[in-house]
Amino acid sequence: MKLRVSHGPHLFTRETTQTLMLNVLIALMPATLVGIYLFGTKAALVIAVSVVSSVLFELVWQLLMKKRVTVMDLSAAVTGLLLGLNLPCNVPLWMPVLGSAIAILLVKQLFGGLGHNFMNPALFARAVLLASWPLHMTTYHLPERLLFGSETALSGVDTVASATPLLSLGKLTNTDLLIGNIPGSIGEVCKVAIIIGFVYLMFTKTITWHVPVTFIGTVIIMSYLIGVDGIKAVLTGGVLFGAVFMATDYVTNPMYRLGQCIFGVMCGIIVVVIRKYGGYPEGVTYAIIFMNCLSPLIDRYSKKKIYGEVKKSV
Amino acid sequence: MRLSEVGILLFMVDCILCNNYIFSRFLGCCPFLGVSSKVETSIGMGLAVTFVMGLASLFTWAVHEYVLMPLNLTYLNTIAFIFIIASLVQFVEMFMKKSLPALYSALGIYLPLITTNCAVLGAALLNIQSSYGLLESVLNGVFGALGFMLAIVIMAGVRERLESSDIPLPFKGFSISLVIAGMMSVAFLGFKGLV
Amino acid sequence: MSKNDNNLRGVFINGIFNENPIFRLVLGTCPTLAVTTSAMNGIGMGAAATFVLIGSNVVISLIRSFIPNKVRIPAFIVVICTFVTMVQMLMQAYLPALYDSLGIFIPLIVVNCLILARAEAFAAKNNVVRSAVDGVGMGLGFTLSLTLIGIIREIIGAGTLFGNQLMGSGYEPMLLLVLAPGGFIVYGLLLGIINAIGERRKKNSKEVTSA
Repeated sequence: MKLRVSHGPHLFTRETTQTLMLNVLIALMPATLVGIYLFGTKAALVIAVSVVSSVLFELVWQLLMKKRVTVMDLSAAVTGLLLGLNLPCNVPLWMPVLGSAIAILLVKQLFGGLGHNFMNPALFARAVLLASWPLHMTTYHLPERLLFGSETALSGVDTVASATPLLSLGKLTNTDLLIGNIPGSIGEVCKVAIIIGFVYLMFTKTITWHVPVTFIGTVIIMSYLIGVDGIKAVLTGGVLFGAVFMATDYVTNPMYRLGQCIFGVMCGIIVVVIRKYGGYPEGVTYAIIFMNCLSPLIDRYSKKKIYGEVKKSV
Repeated sequence: MRLSEVGILLFMVDCILCNNYIFSRFLGCCPFLGVSSKVETSIGMGLAVTFVMGLASLFTWAVHEYVLMPLNLTYLNTIAFIFIIASLVQFVEMFMKKSLPALYSALGIYLPLITTNCAVLGAALLNIQSSYGLLESVLNGVFGALGFMLAIVIMAGVRERLESSDIPLPFKGFSISLVIAGMMSVAFLGFKGLV
Repeated sequence: MSKNDNNLRGVFINGIFNENPIFRLVLGTCPTLAVTTSAMNGIGMGAAATFVLIGSNVVISLIRSFIPNKVRIPAFIVVICTFVTMVQMLMQAYLPALYDSLGIFIPLIVVNCLILARAEAFAAKNNVVRSAVDGVGMGLGFTLSLTLIGIIREIIGAGTLFGNQLMGSGYEPMLLLVLAPGGFIVYGLLLGIINAIGERRKKNSKEVTSA
């Protein structure tokens, strides 16, 4: 028998991984369905291509490298779905394929597969696509259909070149923002759907509150501090989606509670700083992958404080 | 980026996050890849580089300003700077050994490596190229080195975590380190345009 | 005579394949990452480094018996620095555009570990002819590798090769590859792929000899 030593959290026996991933998939369903309803078949295609190509890339790699095939743990499907939901509906279809290749092959398998990637695969792929084809990635179409209502403050506008309507789209009501009658990436527009997903994840104990609550709380407080409506700041762009589904990834965020809170707060600060002062309209992606890089260090220095350890060797 | 226009805080943010010496200027990659397998050693390396780079920026600026410029010998910049850096490192090593033995035992082994760290010479040359004043030069040296330290320490953190990972054999070592650096560099792209 | 010939060829080939400075020795990473945004930059940087490498190898090999062991490193650096300054002035005069795009990485050839490593490991122990050939081989290996990385990054990242439009008008270049992260990732992946090819060839040749 071959014993595998790997970095904690050691949650990944086959059954539990599958259950966890299934829970994440279920939690993502409301956002997915609403996204498809709002943006139509284009969105469905982007999501389908993304999920299928992610699973295929994982399968092909594992067959080629003669490794145990683990696509049934559903982690590749989750990565694919997260990537698809993070794209605008009108991207050309080669983009989700390329994004899946980057997420699965470069970020995950090259580092040894599930549990060894130090950065969130779907988010890294999104960051690469954003840096390479900024035009495709920041041109958002208005929903084809609207939920509960025939008009939004934006009717008459065809496309919007920013996912963060903090300044330009200030006239939107909070209801519009909540139910998703706004332009944006497929999965991030309907906040109600994301909140339902969050409640489900909390209820099934798939995630804990630490990262999402500190992340979102920090964005609200920081936004008020710089003179922006904090609630609107959370209801626009990708903060909610990122905080609930991306920043809570077990593998790439810190292990301990204190570390997770630090992680969330830092993410929130970086998001607001990039939004206000940076060259990009939205900073959620960069904030999370930057903090992914710091996770090992946060673990290293928050471990001792939690247990009050003094000894170096544990 | 002029200090007088942006103030010290933004000057620091620019040196550390927006134009990081490793992730966007590619200066100091050899020690970044070579000495980043353990967090402790990379902290030591980072501190030693910060110390030397600050001093080197000061001395190279002064020599350029008061010796080479008046004598019209600026084409000797490179050779003069490399000697200043080499002798500075030697001097710092001797001084530390005598007066600060504790610090020497922590940083001593990294000092000789710094002479050929292109971040130090790079900073000295950049200072002249951007026609920085004395304070700007020293701050550029120190903050640039702190950016180097941030890069090498987070690199070491990630590499420690990946120690037991099943990375395909041909990609182990330099190859995967470069890929990690590339991924971090993408994360740092988010800070572009901040200053 | 023929033996000596073979030997020199070995020294020459060594720099290009077995001890390729970029993909085997992994020396001189900074310029490799920084200037390979286009094929032309790769060639320019390679040529400049090759000039310095040949010059310093020859001179160091000539003076190796006069230099006291203790001050050999500073002496090497003086020699290298002289050639770097020459390259710098020549490029500034005759190739100003290339000089500008390579920026401070030309003067930084001084601290390129490759040059000092060859001075110390080869030129200080070998005669002039062998040192010169080593310089040419290493320089060529360096140049070819830089150009290879430059070609890959330029084609994918800008859709051009040596500045000429290569891909059709429908091609949307992957901008990331000509940005900073592209350098790290392309170099890292190429290094791994070349390692994999090397290992496979070694394994094959072992099987042949054992069979």
